[in-house]
Amino acid sequence: MSVTHQDMLQDLEPAPLWKRLGWFDWLWAAAVAAGAAWAWRLYGGLMDDYEVAILAASSAGLITLGVLWKPMRAFTLVVAGLSLFAISRYGDAGQAAADSDFFLRFLLSSQSAIMWMSALYVMATVAYFGALFSGSAFTGKVASALTWSAAAMGLSGLMVRWYESYLIGADVGHIPVSNLYEVFILFCLLTSLIYLYYEGRYRTRALGGFVLLVVSAAVGFLLWYSFGRGAHEIQPLVPALQSYWMKIHVPANFIGYGAFALAAMVGCAWLLKARAERRNPGGLLARRLPALELLDDVMYKAIALGFAFFTVATILGALWAAEAWGGYWSWDPKETWALIVWLNYAAWLHMRLTKGLRGAPLAWWAVVGLFVTLFAFLGVNMFLSGLHSYGEL
Amino acid sequence: MTDTPGTRPAPVSRGRILLEFLGSMNLAITLLVAVAVASVIGTVLQQNQPYQDYLIKFGPFWFEVFGKLGLYDVYSTAWFLFILGFLVVSTSVCIYRNVPTMLHDMRSYRLGVQRKSLQAFHLKREWISEREPQALEEWLARLLKSAGYRFRSRRDDDHRVLAARRGAWSRLGYLFTHAAIVIICIGALFDGNIPLKLRVASGDLKVETRDIPASEVPAVSRLPVDNPSFRGSVRIAEGSSANVVFLQLGEGYLVQPLPFRIEVKDFRIEHYATGQPRSFESDIVIHDPQRDQPLEATISVNHPLVYRGYAIYQASFSDGGTGLTLDAWLLRGTSTEPMRIQGRVFESVEVQTPDGPMTLEFTDFRLFNINPVKGPDGRVEQKNFGPNFTFKLRDATGQAREYQNYMLPVEFDGRPYFLSGVRESPAEPFRYLHIPLTADGDIRRFQRFNALLWDDRRVEAVARRTTAAAFAGREGQAAVGEEVVQSMMRLVGHFRSDGFDGIAEQVRLTVPEDKQAEVITAYMKVLQAILGELYLHVLEDEGISPDKGLDEAEERFFDDAVNAISALKAYGSPFYLQLKDYDFVQATGLQIARAPGKNVVYLGFGLLIAGVFLMFYVPYRRLWIWIDRDGGRTRLLMAGSGSRHQQDFETEFDRLAERIEAQIGPRA
Ligand code: HEM
Repeated sequence: MSVTHQDMLQDLEPAPLWKRLGWFDWLWAAAVAAGAAWAWRLYGGLMDDYEVAILAASSAGLITLGVLWKPMRAFTLVVAGLSLFAISRYGDAGQAAADSDFFLRFLLSSQSAIMWMSALYVMATVAYFGALFSGSAFTGKVASALTWSAAAMGLSGLMVRWYESYLIGADVGHIPVSNLYEVFILFCLLTSLIYLYYEGRYRTRALGGFVLLVVSAAVGFLLWYSFGRGAHEIQPLVPALQSYWMKIHVPANFIGYGAFALAAMVGCAWLLKARAERRNPGGLLARRLPALELLDDVMYKAIALGFAFFTVATILGALWAAEAWGGYWSWDPKETWALIVWLNYAAWLHMRLTKGLRGAPLAWWAVVGLFVTLFAFLGVNMFLSGLHSYGEL
Repeated sequence: MTDTPGTRPAPVSRGRILLEFLGSMNLAITLLVAVAVASVIGTVLQQNQPYQDYLIKFGPFWFEVFGKLGLYDVYSTAWFLFILGFLVVSTSVCIYRNVPTMLHDMRSYRLGVQRKSLQAFHLKREWISEREPQALEEWLARLLKSAGYRFRSRRDDDHRVLAARRGAWSRLGYLFTHAAIVIICIGALFDGNIPLKLRVASGDLKVETRDIPASEVPAVSRLPVDNPSFRGSVRIAEGSSANVVFLQLGEGYLVQPLPFRIEVKDFRIEHYATGQPRSFESDIVIHDPQRDQPLEATISVNHPLVYRGYAIYQASFSDGGTGLTLDAWLLRGTSTEPMRIQGRVFESVEVQTPDGPMTLEFTDFRLFNINPVKGPDGRVEQKNFGPNFTFKLRDATGQAREYQNYMLPVEFDGRPYFLSGVRESPAEPFRYLHIPLTADGDIRRFQRFNALLWDDRRVEAVARRTTAAAFAGREGQAAVGEEVVQSMMRLVGHFRSDGFDGIAEQVRLTVPEDKQAEVITAYMKVLQAILGELYLHVLEDEGISPDKGLDEAEERFFDDAVNAISALKAYGSPFYLQLKDYDFVQATGLQIARAPGKNVVYLGFGLLIAGVFLMFYVPYRRLWIWIDRDGGRTRLLMAGSGSRHQQDFETEFDRLAERIEAQIGPRA
């Protein structure tokens, strides 16, 4: 990490924040604020206080995110552009436009956008592995570009789906984080975005293939789920889910799941690298994979991020449960599995603090953690019954 | 903050060893994993179900074993609480041991370090400069400040020290997180049902297992009105009210009186255009002696009412005693007119049947029954089958079957049927009897056809006529003809009470094995002939002339009717109950809770979130710069230590070092 000339000449007093921000930052903040204000003008009358608060907080959060992680600005603007364009194509024709309008049909109706997302993620996975094995920097750049595009299509797809749900009926419309199909898209999105963040920060593309492998698997499930089960149909919300809590609980949860999945795949890379160093120190993997310390660091950061957001999500879940079911904790299977995941990573974080358990055990544990996480988010819905299956109401 | 084995001082007291053990990281890890693993059990085995269900599922032996292990309510068994308690104790010990040093850490800058110890640091750099120590120190102080550090300095005879740190708050993060665990567990202890379980175990309270009105529940199963913490439920029908809730506990329940009465005015289910439910709402009125005016409110899922610390939730709904007007069509006998029965859900009615006296117990009524059906284009659609009601039919020996009848005809291939489900036990799915109806949705034709089979006189007459027609012109075969008539009567007799299966069974018992297939085919032919003839009589009675031949609908009707009659044996009930009218009354299921521990738990939640973010995202770092003279020149030693994000800290350290170097020249 070299220091630029300018850095050295800079006055030692820390520059005030407003001086460190570039014109794009300002433009960005203004654009987000204007977008939020516009949304509020259009829909403020339909929002309750919580929703206004959520709008304000998420705008502030988005501005901060963009300032801290610069590529987020362009990404968000592109997604906003695509989504607004798609919405404008729906125009007065309503739902029917999804089949009749060229852009919607082939590109931007939520179904098409999500198909594009799926294809792009799979291509990106192949490209990342291509880059890892060929060592070609160009292929690596292509892989990153594909991943960004996939995420942009996925997020636009969700945005458009949100709009489409209102086209079905004003009372049907809802944020698309309400069923397994929708949260799988969210999972792909968040996992790849968290990955892109670390890719930029650590300047290595060697982990892309590993992380996108999980994303591609999720894409596989998504395709099966939508073609085999018709899960992409937009369904109205059951009463239990009609709450502003859903809007914050679910995304927070999926930041957790995404980060844990990423950590598991970095754990795989760690194990491969350690093995390659022992068996074949001159080999491709040993040379091309990042240093063990770096892998360990990414793994820790991802689990810390996941743990923090999972803590928030579980607590939000408890608060929601208190409001919807009459008790903040009912030992319902979904709840309990969230606790199990949480305890598991708490144990992981403590293991990292004890000398004897660092290294391979920690990496293995992160990998096993993926299965625990997977069960919490998929297995519980498939195999266990409880309040979260909304059997009663 | 890690255990380093072998650094303990030699002689230690037992108390210390215990503290050491309880506060050890390995124990923490073990306990975290243990709680996680133990928690899995209760998710695999559904908790707090009726004990009867477990008994059926596991059989008497395992039912007993699992019961002893407390697996039906894992999360309040002694052993689970013990592990949890152990974790809380261990966390507390950990806080007790670490917090004093950490708090001290937060305040102290550790100006008293020695040069030697700084040299032992993993992160350190040294430089030699021609500059004056005073000027250097001033510049360095500015550098540290610009990097976000706070610092203190000390000047001794032969050296100066700058001791800097940032992110001291991260230390509080540790305290917050771990204290939160303890606080949440303690708060949750107030709100859980452990105190109740203890009182039940001590005999102070006794769970009620009988299904009796709340007013008859004895005092040992009642809790005081001022009980500060409980979570129970109650079902209240529209138009009635309640001032108690029931707390489910083990095999039974306890009664919790409320200081006010809740009246339910109305319960509503709103639907989306697609038919799925959109909202469940109850209009309630609270009658409280403390109020002048009753309080009216509407509650719905996600929108509870909190009144005087009692939170009232919309939890479920059920029938509230809907009135049912029924027509009972006898399935065994010659009667063609129905018998009128009036009933109410949750009540029972005694009836006289051809099978002796029986009890009808009405258990449920549902106005909407939305089920997925495959449409003609193969797509699955949601379809409303209309109202249905459920009842048990109990005979004199106490045996019961459960039935579920739909009010409206259901169409299959464009033909209408009455559907009636039957099952022996709740564990089975319903098997459906399809009774064919005429196009106007009337059951009478079926009823007349079935009744005709029981009218021996008419069956015989029809049998004779049919046989006579067949044997016409064949003189001397009267005896054979008579035999055919008798066998027709016999076959109809078996068929009407036991169906095709009954006839096959009869053949199996009386005919040698190699002849059975042949005989059955012959019997079926004869049976079909007589049944067909009987059916024509039914049509004739309706004024339909069979001379023109039957249209397709009438033929299909015959097949369906024969199949339905053949299934009556398995159906079991001596009559079919047709729902003619209903007086719909619903009940709302309310959950009412008082949870004083909630505020404590929420405090814990706040601390936990704050603590986790402080720990992870406020990096805790320390730097020392030691400045002294070395033969006319100035010597600098910078050392640093940081917890967590070690890589980031090294990067920051390198960056600072580069800036120092840029200022004073390359390192020594
Ligand atoms: C059972 C007794 C426990 C002990 C002895 C213990 C001990 C510790 C210690 C010594 C640290 C290091 C603090 C630092 O370096 O600043 C730590 C960190 C931590 N503890 Fe615990 N802890 C216990 C229970 C728990 C529990 C139940 C949780 C809840 C999940 C928890 C969550 C954490 C977290 C998240 C960290 C931060 C890890 C990191 O920075 O990487 N601890 N714990």
